[in-house]
Amino acid sequence: MSWRGRPWQWETDRRLVYVIMLLSVVGPLIWRISFREHPSPMVQEIFDAIEALPPDARVLMAYDFDPSTDPEVKPMGDAFTRHLALRRAKLFYLTLWPLGQGEIDQVLRRVLLAEFPEYRYGTDFVNLGFMSGNEGVIAVALTDLKKGFTTDAFNASTAGDNGMPIMRGIDNLRNMDLIVSVASGYPGLREWIQYAAVPGRIPIIGGAVAVMSPELFPYVPGQCKGLLAGIKGAAEYEQLLIERYPQLDRPEARTALDRMGPQTAAHFAIMALIVLGNAMYLLERRRERGRRP
Amino acid sequence: MTRRLAIAIFALTLLLLALIRASTGAMSNPFADEQALGVWVSAALTLCMLSFLYGDNPFFKFAENVFVGVSAACWMVMAFWRALVPNLLGNLAPEVPVALFGMDLPLDVGVGRRLLYVVPLLLGLMLLTRFHPRGRAISAWALAFIIGTTAGLRFVTYLGSDFLAQIHNTIQPLVVLRDGAFDARATLSVVVLTAGVLCAMAYFYFSREQKGLLGAASRVGIWILMITFGASFGYTVMGRVALLVARMEFLLRDWLGFL
Repeated sequence: MSWRGRPWQWETDRRLVYVIMLLSVVGPLIWRISFREHPSPMVQEIFDAIEALPPDARVLMAYDFDPSTDPEVKPMGDAFTRHLALRRAKLFYLTLWPLGQGEIDQVLRRVLLAEFPEYRYGTDFVNLGFMSGNEGVIAVALTDLKKGFTTDAFNASTAGDNGMPIMRGIDNLRNMDLIVSVASGYPGLREWIQYAAVPGRIPIIGGAVAVMSPELFPYVPGQCKGLLAGIKGAAEYEQLLIERYPQLDRPEARTALDRMGPQTAAHFAIMALIVLGNAMYLLERRRERGRRP
Repeated sequence: MTRRLAIAIFALTLLLLALIRASTGAMSNPFADEQALGVWVSAALTLCMLSFLYGDNPFFKFAENVFVGVSAACWMVMAFWRALVPNLLGNLAPEVPVALFGMDLPLDVGVGRRLLYVVPLLLGLMLLTRFHPRGRAISAWALAFIIGTTAGLRFVTYLGSDFLAQIHNTIQPLVVLRDGAFDARATLSVVVLTAGVLCAMAYFYFSREQKGLLGAASRVGIWILMITFGASFGYTVMGRVALLVARMEFLLRDWLGFL
């Protein structure tokens, strides 16, 4: 790294950029800087869709993500679970990602069982766990859910009259009132739209990592009612939840909101660096033009 | 400053910080319980990963290999217990998983269904012949079945649920009325959508020279594409920053006890 000469002659090390990014993230975290979010119409659509559900509505919760992306999508998954539990919906959790099983276990332990002790396993919610087969599993479940998921995550049979009460009267995905897909890749929200929501005419909402969100926007609102895009979408949704249910204004229910402070500071730092880089480039170019005979 | 010296100073600073925090009781003892040990291991692996920002090094390689190995092992175990045992064995011979693993599976599986599941078993075994040099031709049959089935399933579904549905969503009335009244915002949205799609398509139309009206539409199309790529890049940055924020949150709160 060289600081000799005029600013446009400085040779900056890329590691200096990393340090700036680190400071812009750590500062707001330590000083707990966060902002009020203004929900976009798309997020409002999702919120309204859940609010409009009747009590005991059957909702399929597809958690298709793993630890590598959970900082972005876990807050969405938690918020969806909280909202649907407050609406007293019957929840059917499943995943098409092997490591998604652990994510479901966590949301059940940290959110559903901890905050809604009245929810009973097998009666109010069920964990169908992971099933390999990607979109093939969705196609099978659209015609016969119990064929795709013969057992739940604890190896208890989903079929038969002696099975879990929540599974009675469930033949296929068409028996669901809503599909909620929280996804971070393939298979994910796109596959749930293509193989379940559109052919089965089942309402679907979703949340996805920011990277894949631009590819999913064309599905909204025709094939998918709404989409939470990345941590920003999750924060807007948390804001709506807190405004409607003030009892949720506590640290564990505002994870995404708290992460938007560092996020905003980091974006400002990136913008400042882009402006600075371009300004130095223009100065350098002007200087070189001035040198020419 | 040499690279080794920089890494050593960073590691010593971190160790010193950890020791001070641990001695004041702000950090948990790594040997107190499983959770505390897990936090320390996670913190160490996170720092190993972040060390790549300085440059490639053995700590990063170690953490990367651990991540890949643990993920692969987890995938294999999950697929075995959630797909092979209940779905394949549970239909071929449900008595076996019920007796051996205490699984709650229906035992009244008919002979016809049991025989049907011999087919996927055989296809699975055929795939494994790939490991023998002479067995590659046999595994090709199983692969052909998988590719053919997937292509057929995807083609039909994609055509109906994606291709045609997307065209349907794009063709909308250019003037939007809501409750009998003109909705300016929705109308503008539809006009931008329709014009954007047509202009972007004009950019990819190469059968005529792009001049005149086609040229103008094509230039607008480039702008539409650039704005789309810009939005994608912005979202990518947001995603990556979100991962960094969560890791910092973990290090500062769960490990160092600052937050």
